[in-house]
Amino acid sequence: MHDHEAVNRDKTYFGFWVYLMTDLLMFATLFATYSVLSGSTFGGPAARDIFSLPFALTETLILLTSSFTSGLGILAAAQNKKIHVFLWFGITFLLGISFLTMELSEFSRLVVDGNGPQKSAFLSSFFTLVGTHGLHIASGLLWMIILFVYITRRGLTKSAVQKLTLLSLFWHFLDIVWIFIFTIVYLFGGIL
Amino acid sequence: MSQTQHTNTHGSVFSYTLGFLLSIILTLVAYVPVAMHQNSFHQLFSHTFLIPFVLTLAFLQLTVQLLFFLHLGKESGPRWNLVFFISTFGLVLLVVVMSIWIMTHLNNNMTPQSMSDYLIRNEGMHR
Repeated sequence: MHDHEAVNRDKTYFGFWVYLMTDLLMFATLFATYSVLSGSTFGGPAARDIFSLPFALTETLILLTSSFTSGLGILAAAQNKKIHVFLWFGITFLLGISFLTMELSEFSRLVVDGNGPQKSAFLSSFFTLVGTHGLHIASGLLWMIILFVYITRRGLTKSAVQKLTLLSLFWHFLDIVWIFIFTIVYLFGGIL
Repeated sequence: MSQTQHTNTHGSVFSYTLGFLLSIILTLVAYVPVAMHQNSFHQLFSHTFLIPFVLTLAFLQLTVQLLFFLHLGKESGPRWNLVFFISTFGLVLLVVVMSIWIMTHLNNNMTPQSMSDYLIRNEGMHR
């Protein structure tokens, strides 16, 4: 009986992993598009003119810390410590909200300055790549809220722990994608 | 009945903390030279050094997070997750590297002037 459950858990885990890998392929096409178009500024600003390195570093450290706290949340869930689960995932949620706020404030600053996605191919591909990542972060935060309600109502059941595990897997995955956004968009922008 | 090993979906406080610290260090090691490069108005460090340098650090951090956050190495039995990851990673490299390669060549070889020269010379077209 116990073995059967473990096999099912492994299958669910693998299924979610397959989803993450297809999502990775989608990000790969967006990264390829950005790399090809990042020089096509059409007389508009280039990456070095509009991106602030300290700002991007802050975003990176916030997301990295949230990835860490979601991992600690999973450890608390495995030890059946409900309060700690709420504490660590609560911190993860707040860090995620801060990250998303920073990303949206950068977007709005660009649009207000007249550097929206319609300005050049470079900016279109930038908004598509970083915006898609932001959309994933937003859905992760929504998923977190749903799980908070679920656990409050039904307690830390086996199924709840499994859902939390998949959520933290998703969150770690988004952190990895962001490392490459940080490197290819912001650091390359600062170098070239 | 023998106890079969199943995929461990979580690590320990130690492995998460180690992964977190390594990630922060790798991020800063990539960030500081780029910031110095920008502050020195592109005098300090050359482009040919910095681009491979920060890319290498990004891939190192990918490895660190795969091991310490996603526990890719801890899987038991047939390592389907690892196999699936490696094949996807190959596809990702193909998509990105080939796109850049093809489009750079298009940019270099299909400039409007050489294209119109070609059309006039070989296709019987006139301005």
